[in-house]
Amino acid sequence: MALIETKGIYKIYRLGDIEVQALSNISVSIEKAEFVAIMGPSGSGKTTFMNILGCLDKPTGGNYLLDGIDVSDLDRDALAGIRNKKIGFVFQVFNLLSRASALENVELPILYNGLSAKERRERAISALKAVGLEGRENHHPNQLSGGQQQRVAIARAIVNEAPIILADEPTGNLDTKTSNEIMELFVHLNRESNITVILVTHEYNIAAYSRRMIRFLDGKIIGDESVKK
Amino acid sequence: MTHVPSTIKISLRALRVNKMRSALTMLGIIIGVGAVITMLAVGSGASQKIAEQISSVGSNLLIVLPGATTAGGVRMGAGTQPTLTMGDAEAIQKESPAVSNVAPILSGIAQIVYGDQNWSTGVTGTTPDMLRVRDWPLSSGRPFTSEDVKSATKVCLLGQTVVDNLFGSINPVDQIVRIKRVPFKVIGVLSRKGQTPTGQDQDDTIYIPITTAQKKLFGTTFPGMVRVIMVKAKSTEDLSAAETQITELLKQRHRTGPKEENDFTVRNLTQMMQAAEQSASVMTLLLGAIASVSLVVGGIGIMNIMLVSVTERTREIGIRMAVGAKTWDIRLQFIIEALILSLIGGTVGIIIGITGSKILSMLAGWNTIVSPLSILLAFGFSALVGIFFGFYPAYKASLLNPIDALRYE
Repeated sequence: MALIETKGIYKIYRLGDIEVQALSNISVSIEKAEFVAIMGPSGSGKTTFMNILGCLDKPTGGNYLLDGIDVSDLDRDALAGIRNKKIGFVFQVFNLLSRASALENVELPILYNGLSAKERRERAISALKAVGLEGRENHHPNQLSGGQQQRVAIARAIVNEAPIILADEPTGNLDTKTSNEIMELFVHLNRESNITVILVTHEYNIAAYSRRMIRFLDGKIIGDESVKK
Repeated sequence: MTHVPSTIKISLRALRVNKMRSALTMLGIIIGVGAVITMLAVGSGASQKIAEQISSVGSNLLIVLPGATTAGGVRMGAGTQPTLTMGDAEAIQKESPAVSNVAPILSGIAQIVYGDQNWSTGVTGTTPDMLRVRDWPLSSGRPFTSEDVKSATKVCLLGQTVVDNLFGSINPVDQIVRIKRVPFKVIGVLSRKGQTPTGQDQDDTIYIPITTAQKKLFGTTFPGMVRVIMVKAKSTEDLSAAETQITELLKQRHRTGPKEENDFTVRNLTQMMQAAEQSASVMTLLLGAIASVSLVVGGIGIMNIMLVSVTERTREIGIRMAVGAKTWDIRLQFIIEALILSLIGGTVGIIIGITGSKILSMLAGWNTIVSPLSILLAFGFSALVGIFFGFYPAYKASLLNPIDALRYE
């Protein structure tokens, strides 16, 4: 069974009297430990699709099976629970809490699942170690470089051992060298920890790190192929 | 499940970031709680003062007054017609089971002279039981006895005000004073009682045996006449029974027919004073209610700031939601923040309220009592204010759409 399976999902936004079809009839299946890049120009629906995959948004119609569970009709709190356990987010703008230390930022997802303070701390420290930020636990985001901030965000995404990382333009705010380092980290996590990585980008050289490329245009999939290395 | 200690830690940090704002928000609660505590302290202080005065007059008191005269159809008011006698007093003592002590009184105003000092005061002729009726111990000397009453000896007990005015620092016991030029021997001094609830100085008085008052000072319309009879009931519960028993007894003794008007009145003195006490507690309640208004205003201040805080931290809320915070995780975050504001404000307010009460009693001389209950009440109330006014902003925060919240600039 596929880890992620969408069956004919579509999404309609209503802007006043105008209906905008952001996604139409998207059926995609992603297996565990895949590394998928979702590509397309802005307005192609790739971010909408990402939000639905991330359980931040619900499709207007169709079914979305995540790990065998139909999440299309779950309520807010149930979706929050699924996000917490199954999905780690990495954003273009990092989205770290500026007033909290790196360690506290990484602890955020496990704050909500009843671990003791000591366990949380240990897990957060090992997640920071896994992204190469040992010794920076007490730095605040404004004391870290862009690449380091994104590493904190990745540590936050893996701290709860979520099987999926959703990365929305993770290198959009980084220079080329740092971008490559971050992409290498994703590749490493995908290979060594079997984490499924789904990447939204519009840059070919970033998408080239993936092994499968799904291309969106005007709310439809126009291409789904393996990446040749 | 939310981890409460970390939530509190996060809240404290958020409040520290905006120190000035948090302090000003707390100020509303501080003033509210401080005002509630001070007002309740002033109110219960006044109540206590009245209660003290009531017990100083004597508890469970009834007063029997003679009836009114009627002259050509014009009625003159209670006490104008002398109808009560020593016999009535003795009968009440003997035949009313609800009564513990009875003291007949014949009083008047007289000039008292000692050496080159003189003073005008009320002279009360009564029986030894008077001191028990009024719960009034002596501070020195001895009381007069039934023997003194029987033989109408010229002895007297002085109130403290009289002592202060005539004797200064001299010990008055065994000295001779002249009341209306009649020499009396001072045998004792009454302890200080202070004012009645109506402001009369109870210590400005002289007690003498009633027979002496009747025969040697004021004279009587008929032998054995008394002006009023003071009665002490056995207990508060016995007050109304005593009232009925006395009324029945005196009706019989005065041969009042069933259709005739009584030639005496029985008044429940304690009841009248309790009414005064009640009005004081009403005042306490009123003061407290007015002060609580400022607490509510303080609460609205908290709500205002929390709403601002929710808007400012929209992105933070979005991040928390994205990583799995549920509705109540978000709500608790802001409710705890509001609660911390109001509880710190409440604690400071309690300290200020206690200090304020102390300053008030020092500067204005008011009797103030800060009761533990009022502190508990104010603290609980401020916690309630925090939860109540924190809930709406928290509720608003929890309804945010995570996608919009994450994009919020």
